[in-house]
Amino acid sequence: MSVATAPGTVSATSPAARNLLLLRIAAWTILGAPLAWGVYRWFWGDGFGFDPVEEMLHYSGLTAVWVLIASLAITPVRRWTGFNALQKIRRLTGLWAFAYATMHLSVYVTIDQWFDWVLIVEDLRERPFILSGSAALALMVPLAVTSTKGWIRRLGRRWVSLHRLVYLSAGLALLHFWWGQKADLRNAVIAAAVLAVLLGARVWWAVQKRRRAA
Amino acid sequence: MTKRSWDTIPESEVTPEEVYLDRRQFIAAAGVAGAAAAALTPEGIAAAVRTVRAQRGASQEAQEYTWGAEMQDELSSYDLVTGHNNFYEFGTGKGDPARYSGEFRPRPWSVEVSGEVNKPGTYDLDDLYDPSWIEDRIYRLRCVEAWSLTIPWRGFALRNLISRVEPTSNAKYVAFETVYRPDEMPGQNRRVLDWPYVEGLRIDEAANELTFLATGLYGRDLPNQNGAPLRLVVPWKYGFKHIKSIVRIHFQETMPPTTWNLSAPQEYGFYANVNPNVDHPRWSQATHRVLPGIRRTDTLMFNGYADQVQHMYAGMDLARWY
Repeated sequence: MSVATAPGTVSATSPAARNLLLLRIAAWTILGAPLAWGVYRWFWGDGFGFDPVEEMLHYSGLTAVWVLIASLAITPVRRWTGFNALQKIRRLTGLWAFAYATMHLSVYVTIDQWFDWVLIVEDLRERPFILSGSAALALMVPLAVTSTKGWIRRLGRRWVSLHRLVYLSAGLALLHFWWGQKADLRNAVIAAAVLAVLLGARVWWAVQKRRRAA
Repeated sequence: MTKRSWDTIPESEVTPEEVYLDRRQFIAAAGVAGAAAAALTPEGIAAAVRTVRAQRGASQEAQEYTWGAEMQDELSSYDLVTGHNNFYEFGTGKGDPARYSGEFRPRPWSVEVSGEVNKPGTYDLDDLYDPSWIEDRIYRLRCVEAWSLTIPWRGFALRNLISRVEPTSNAKYVAFETVYRPDEMPGQNRRVLDWPYVEGLRIDEAANELTFLATGLYGRDLPNQNGAPLRLVVPWKYGFKHIKSIVRIHFQETMPPTTWNLSAPQEYGFYANVNPNVDHPRWSQATHRVLPGIRRTDTLMFNGYADQVQHMYAGMDLARWY
């Protein structure tokens, strides 16, 4: 951050900068906690139980879904609470969601399917459950790639349009989550309800904006 | 030990008797020294089971160990068998049954035998079977979720009970029902499934030599989380057919409804035979994990028990009757 006191910027030692630093530290701590807990479980904890592959799949997948939902919660929460600094950790949250989804896929490809590409392709072709999850992650790839400052500058307005893909990705991720449940849909219902509120808020704002413009 | 028709493991893979006896003597000796400490570990329990057998007469042991002795070394640990369960009456997590089944009272227990039989009645569990029927059998258990365990059950062949109650010629199917006690089974307070849990077999399946009613495992009474005090064991079928805590056995002419089939008919059929060629809509059944391992193993037709059961399905389209 620039130390020069151009209009609109703050000095590194100002309270605003200190608060932002604290916010970033808090965000990294919260977002990294599931990973740290997973590493702890593996080396010093329960080793992910009697069926470690299944449990690692569940754990990484559940974390990915909730971090993705958290990234979509930032804008609505900022608008409802006026806590504008939250916007500064939105990109970080999205990238962590992508990281957890990638870990989830990695568990599936490595110690679940053992790189058996024939089986993986069969899974993709025959099972909407697998296809929905894979598509959700695939849609996150361009978003992660274009999350740098350079890409934001280069794409301009188109960056915003491109990043609306996250809504589709979240919908597919939720479908994957839903289909992954055997009979107990409680967790999937909770996630779906939260996601519905977050996406519904955006629809509401868009309608309001159009009404005002008209 | 007599070679039985269902003993599919080649003779060459069976532990030579002298090695087996040697090991048992060693275990028995070690057992004296460390019994108190070892008894609490799964290995200790396995050793204790073997020691008890070693102390009994050889002829009785041969009769007792009618099935699966050669799988002794593949046994899933006691902790695994009693800590990783699907028993939704106590919760949907694998650890929930062990965690939340402490309030369950498996005694006193009675079982109603009804329907198309000459000798219907409500039997106290101790009167339901003759003590001479009790035997130990080691069976593989293949869950529909593509994992497996190998479990030393104690119990009796269902065919013994069937002969005793004398089914009529109208008895084409056998229906089973789990107890409904929401006060003791917290999972029953949520309608995740349609309670009480019900299951069924065709009469020839029920009378098959493999079909077993377990009253114990690892030489002990069944723990609550494993379906105390009486559960079905059908090793060529997926785990969800193994109905637990049975209170009713009903003989009837029509195919009975089954809980998972009611819940998701396109995913779980009445037969539920282990079949690597017929996939679950959401995952392949061609392989499974032998827990607690992470490598996949090829799933065998009828879970490796084809010689004993495939004759019952001759001419049936098993992709249709999944």
